Amino acid sequence: MPAPDTAPDGASARTLLSIEGLTKVYPTGQRALEGVDFTVERAEIVAVIGSSGAGKSTLIRCINRLVEPTSGRIRLGDTDLSALSRRELRAARRRIGMIFQEFNLVERLTVMENLLSGRLGSVGFFASLARRFPPQDVSNAYALLERVGLAGYENTRADALSGGQRQRVGIARALMQNPDLLLVDEPTASLDPKTARQIMRLIRELATERHRPALVNIHDVALAQTFADRVIGLKAGRVAFDGPPAALTAETLTEIYGAEDWSQTIRAADDEA
Amino acid sequence: MTAAALEKRYPDVWRRRSRREVVIAWLWTAAIAFAAAWSVSALDIEWAFFADAHEQALDLVERMWPPRWSYLPVIVRPLIETIHIATLGTAIALVFSIPLAFLAARNTTLNGFTWAIGRALLVASRSVNTVIWGLLFVAIFGPGAVAGVCAVAARSVGFLAKLVAEAIEEADAGQIEAITATGAGTAQVYVFGILPQVMPVLIGTTVYRWDINVRESSVLGFVGAGGIGLHLYASINQFAWQQVLVVLLAILVIVLLSEALSAYIRGRIS
Amino acid sequence: MSIAAVYPTTWRRPPLFGSLARQRIAIAAAVGYLVWSVSDLNVDYARILAGFPRAIDIFVKMFPPDFARWQLLTNGMIESVQMALAATLVGVVLSIPIALAAARNLAPRPLYLAARGLIVGGRTLHEIIIAIFFVKLFGFGPVAGLLTLAFASAIFLGKMLAEDIENVRVGPVEAVRATGAGFGQTVVYSIVPQVLSRAVGVIIYRLDANVRHSTVIGIVGAGGIGQTLSASFSRYDYDFAAAILLSIVALVALGEWFSDWVRRKLR
Repeated sequence: MPAPDTAPDGASARTLLSIEGLTKVYPTGQRALEGVDFTVERAEIVAVIGSSGAGKSTLIRCINRLVEPTSGRIRLGDTDLSALSRRELRAARRRIGMIFQEFNLVERLTVMENLLSGRLGSVGFFASLARRFPPQDVSNAYALLERVGLAGYENTRADALSGGQRQRVGIARALMQNPDLLLVDEPTASLDPKTARQIMRLIRELATERHRPALVNIHDVALAQTFADRVIGLKAGRVAFDGPPAALTAETLTEIYGAEDWSQTIRAADDEA
Repeated sequence: MTAAALEKRYPDVWRRRSRREVVIAWLWTAAIAFAAAWSVSALDIEWAFFADAHEQALDLVERMWPPRWSYLPVIVRPLIETIHIATLGTAIALVFSIPLAFLAARNTTLNGFTWAIGRALLVASRSVNTVIWGLLFVAIFGPGAVAGVCAVAARSVGFLAKLVAEAIEEADAGQIEAITATGAGTAQVYVFGILPQVMPVLIGTTVYRWDINVRESSVLGFVGAGGIGLHLYASINQFAWQQVLVVLLAILVIVLLSEALSAYIRGRIS
Repeated sequence: MSIAAVYPTTWRRPPLFGSLARQRIAIAAAVGYLVWSVSDLNVDYARILAGFPRAIDIFVKMFPPDFARWQLLTNGMIESVQMALAATLVGVVLSIPIALAAARNLAPRPLYLAARGLIVGGRTLHEIIIAIFFVKLFGFGPVAGLLTLAFASAIFLGKMLAEDIENVRVGPVEAVRATGAGFGQTVVYSIVPQVLSRAVGVIIYRLDANVRHSTVIGIVGAGGIGQTLSASFSRYDYDFAAAILLSIVALVALGEWFSDWVRRKLR
């Protein structure tokens, strides 16, 4: 699978993701995002932190337009996502893999069907109805299942899995799309601390293996610092910090989180692999 | 504490309802009494009839006994036909109810106009009784089981679609969001993100409706739409009460069996 | 250099009923039944084909709906509503003895069995069948209709009430008894409140059902708009029939909306 124009040492030939002046005002008048600007130029793990209500979730969803931005430009590689028609948007969404806080697996379907649903955009309606996917997709699915540690679970119903297992399936589903970008919305908020670290490690490993950038909403500052290459801090819909995790001092964190006590976001990680 | 203050804090009278509520309750009672009087008075009832009603009823029951079992072989095929009508009608209704349900659900319909059409079809289907649908289809297709199947289907489509539409509206939005985010087409989102969620409701409701339809199909013959109804009607008109009893018992049996089967299957689903 | 692992390139959904064999049997049985039932029904395909142009013809004749005989129409509708209302009230009254007899915790066993038998028999019979009987006994007209619906309502409400009585919580009843209250007082203070909460909703539901049924039983002569409708169909008065059908839809839809509204307010 061809890597984007990035040499392994990180030097970029072109911008992978570019956000310009992204603003979102909800019909209620709530101003969720106020002119967010940043670019992602290499395949890195970018953690987005901030207190609840700072706009993290809105930001992630504006990128693949699950939420429609009020104004601003979003560019994925050469494609201007904000200007696409519905049909073109669907094609563009196939290049973006999304992982959700509540896993959002189709509970009554098997793990394999959930994985294959990542390829729905590339398969015709009747073929998908008959569950006839290309052989390459099926073998990729098996490979991914093994890679996330769930070999043998393909016929298990999704609602029979634990939280951590479900998120692994969610990660595998996103990767089935062979996406150019990973959008990850609070992947660990519904998991216990130990599983949370395992999941973050898995996301980081997989994104790095495939040389793909990942934008990860995360509420837990310690996890962000451990697993991210870069941290963006949002405060009241604006970028308040953009830099390496090491540069996150106590003052910057207090500024980002404001009244909220950011030390509470760090759950007691009972340490381990 | 002064006596006045005590009186206010611990009043001597407790009312369960405030004065306003009492007035409203009386108004409702008056309205119901008025409705009752109006409806009974206007119906022009010959009270003399009721004098010997119980005698007549007892006489009728006597005439039904013993049941004329020799009539049973005659009605076996119509009984089977009744079940066919119920089953085929429900199956056809199931097929059509799925698109209708998506049309009538706020989160899956195309726009306000299509939603209104979906809702209108639901209301029309559900407000017209199976037997009346039977009248209509007999006029179209002539007497026979075809009219019966169509009548059952026409009534059941709305019943099924309404409940499934409600389930669609309550479907977990997260699962729908995830499938949408992969770039799947709308139809695929419906089939993969919504349909699996509403399957239990769909199947349970279909089995439930089938059971009701067995009962409904037993009388479709009265308007010529096939099934056992025809024989029942004929027997009554000929005053062949012992035959009538046999038919009634046969209907009782198939309705009870279908209820038992339906309850069993629905128990297994949940 | 590592050898790439070889993964399967096809996958099938695990069969629905345990094994593939059972699933195939189930599907074959379903298809087999469909084929058998259709052939068993003696379908005259020529007549079905002839049905489509006839359907179009009828629909054309139905529009515009003829409301010219609106007096006949309104009379029929009012009669239906009156039947439904009166029948619900009578049904409520009659349901009480039936419920008391059908409650396992109140009635002696033989009475309980008889009442339960009556309920089962009454429920299985479609109201049209009951209507025919009452027409035979009391002649054509709304009286038979009233009695039909009253009977059906009494059975339905009696069953609901009996279930509520059987599910009554003994605690509050004991508590009220322990204060030295008499039988009547015990019923009023501990049993009726428990039962009443569901009772009103069920009665409204039954009223709505009676309105629906009142439109149909006229077909066998038990009064109401059903009679008018049946007559118009047999006279090929399709435009009048359309007017009646529209009125029925409106009435039933209204009744259901009203019933939903009341039950929502009660919650």
